[in-house]
Amino acid sequence: MIHLETPSKFRALVEQAHQVAAEIFRPNSRRYDRAEHEYPKELDMLGALLDGMNASGVGGAGAAGVRRESAHGEGNRNGTNLSTALGTMELCWGDVGFLLSMPRQGLGNAAIASVASEEQLQRFAGRWAAMAITEPHCGSDSAAIRTTARLDGDHYVLNGDKIFVTAGARAELVVVWATLDRSAGRAAIKSFVVEKGTPGFELVRLEHKLGIRASDTAQFALRDCRVPAANLLGDPAINVEKGFAGVMQTFDNTRPLVAAMAVGLARACIEETQRLLKAVGVEIDYDRPAHAQPAAAAELLRLEADYEAARLLTLQAAWMADNRKPNSLQASQAKAKAGRACVDIALKCVELCGSAGYGEGELLEKWARDAKILDIFEGTQQIQLLIIARRLLGKTSAELK
Amino acid sequence: MGVVQRVMGLGLRAINRIAGSPLLDRLQLRRPAERALYHGARVGFRGAAAATRTFKAAQSLGRPLRPSRGAGGSGLFDLTPSEEQLLLQAAARQFADRELRTAAATADAECQAPPSLLRGADELGLAALGIPEALGGVGGERAAVSNVLVAEALAHGDLGLAFACLAPAAVSQALVLWGDAAQQARYLPDFAGEHAPVAALAVQEAQPLFDPFALRTTARRDGTDFILSGVKSLVPRAAQAELFVVAAQLDGAGPALFIVESSSAGLTVEAEPAMGLRAAATARLHLGDVRVPAAALLGGAAAEVYRECIALSRIAWSALATGTAQAALDYVIPYVNERSAFGEPISHRQAVAFAVADISIELEGLRLTTWRAASRADRGDPFAREAALARRLAADKGARIGSDAVQLLGGHGFVKEHPVERWYRDLRAAGFVEGAVLV
Repeated sequence: MIHLETPSKFRALVEQAHQVAAEIFRPNSRRYDRAEHEYPKELDMLGALLDGMNASGVGGAGAAGVRRESAHGEGNRNGTNLSTALGTMELCWGDVGFLLSMPRQGLGNAAIASVASEEQLQRFAGRWAAMAITEPHCGSDSAAIRTTARLDGDHYVLNGDKIFVTAGARAELVVVWATLDRSAGRAAIKSFVVEKGTPGFELVRLEHKLGIRASDTAQFALRDCRVPAANLLGDPAINVEKGFAGVMQTFDNTRPLVAAMAVGLARACIEETQRLLKAVGVEIDYDRPAHAQPAAAAELLRLEADYEAARLLTLQAAWMADNRKPNSLQASQAKAKAGRACVDIALKCVELCGSAGYGEGELLEKWARDAKILDIFEGTQQIQLLIIARRLLGKTSAELK
Repeated sequence: MGVVQRVMGLGLRAINRIAGSPLLDRLQLRRPAERALYHGARVGFRGAAAATRTFKAAQSLGRPLRPSRGAGGSGLFDLTPSEEQLLLQAAARQFADRELRTAAATADAECQAPPSLLRGADELGLAALGIPEALGGVGGERAAVSNVLVAEALAHGDLGLAFACLAPAAVSQALVLWGDAAQQARYLPDFAGEHAPVAALAVQEAQPLFDPFALRTTARRDGTDFILSGVKSLVPRAAQAELFVVAAQLDGAGPALFIVESSSAGLTVEAEPAMGLRAAATARLHLGDVRVPAAALLGGAAAEVYRECIALSRIAWSALATGTAQAALDYVIPYVNERSAFGEPISHRQAVAFAVADISIELEGLRLTTWRAASRADRGDPFAREAALARRLAADKGARIGSDAVQLLGGHGFVKEHPVERWYRDLRAAGFVEGAVLV
């Protein structure tokens, strides 16, 4: 039966996440936006709280929530993908930078949750893992990475440079993408869990950014860094048939989460703008046509419509993952829509509020800066459109470049 | 072709329908040479079918019958239609593919849907879907989502014809939702019967910045009667309609809905061919001091009834836009794959491929937003906001999709060999028309 409301069984969780966002994230937002690179200590206790929520099996904001559970029983399922998306929306209504800094909730954790073996899952349980894909010369074209991994006895020896590693300084583990054989193309790309403190694994610097400053973004150098062979995630064989699909599959689960971040931020912007505009007498009337309302109200209505579309696309992608339906197309649709909508919404909200929104007295200007990364990381807008178009048109990446 | 042959070609039902009308005029005006006259100056054509039916009250049940609200369900998020909805959707899809799509171009050109097709729609029972069983229909529960799925499926065939097919159901739906026992007993059995009346819900007016909550059509009290005057715009199948529900500003009470039988004195229909929706034979409905009895007031002029009517119509239009946008996407995909330029399919270019991706994204967002509004309506939750958001998307993204579909075909999109130019015209309407269809 078609029903697109927040499932009743997740309402408590959503409420809990909302409390965290309102009581802990928002009051600290500005402070850590100014004090870039300072660790938000307030998040430590939250990490513990989230661990508890994940252990209870309902997820919430945890990166572990993206693991595809095995089938049990027929019928409609609302599982951890959906609850995690809903929790993420609430937390990012509070602060995207903090969400990205939540201990043990990194993208590396999502990768481990998605593709690790049972043994690896146990070994890395409870540890914070960042994800290192991008290199100085390549971003979206992740098949072009140059970091190499060479098998030497029961270790892999890694060499290369990694940039834009979210939570890289704070995480205990970094999931590093490297190629076993640069001549073998995508199939040779594998991910390796590298422990902090491993000799040859060096934190080079932290970036200064437009937004999400509460989240650290690290650059690493790997110089003859020896990683246990057992730390390779997934199948070590170079399988030309499906090799790259393995690591890319993680994205089908994480893209809806990044879309959820964008949805949460967009709602924060819309609500704040509605509050500020109400104070000057402008409110949306949902009954009357847009053209019969003040221009600012009509504009807000348009933004809210885009927000609603992005939100439902995101929930659809997460719901499909819960129900084990292939969702690459929908995950990219959600990410593309939410990414561009949140930037459009945030910038328009600042414009509508003028200097009241542009000044640091409100958080709108910060959200507008934070928003932009959501249309870039975890696959840019353009990459999402490529994925969607290739699927719809039945084109390979060689045909539609 | 002689007049007799033309009449035969229209079918017996059509002849019966126009028996009381200036038949010869009508057929002559159908000639291409006189089409301009037909379109431009066909004023004073009084409710053609007015004489064909007298609505007789069946035994009133004493209290109005309303569809029940859907059970709460599991409370889970779910995008799976029910078995029954899948069946309905499949039937509507088949009808749309076989009948609507093939008849669309001609119907658009002639500003008229083929009578056989409209009969087919009647046989599908579109107007009987929401009518409670006790009044001869097949409905039980509130079924806005089902109606959305049907509207989407029909519009995938053709929006103009879908509009024509669904127009009577808007009136039966209004009677089911807001009619009192006497109104339901008088009209609904006919809608549930084999020869459902043609009917139209007339809200739209031809003012720039039209606001359905600030109508120019007025209703003033005269004794116990109401006197209606004003002009309604883009009324589907108005010339054939036997029954209207008309929105008018009731003095002292805001906008309200009135049941107006087409035999009422003072009612005239003027053809109003437009950019699109042409298969629905849209017309202006002139109400020149039309007197209706107190019993014609629908829903007791309650503000929430009218608000609900407007919101439900916006959901219906959004569903029609969704189906049409899906048709556009389904059409452009093979086209851009087959069309070659500079030595390879144009779909190998990002400028082309990204436009296709964007259509799919915005279409899916529109669909989900529409579904959510409808599912809230079914459960009795407030849905005006969700309907407004769906309407906004239908207006913005719908028109954009229509435009992009034409653009992707280039010059070929601009000519009538391909249906995309029709979708471009029809999608524009789905973003602003108020009333006329309900879910």
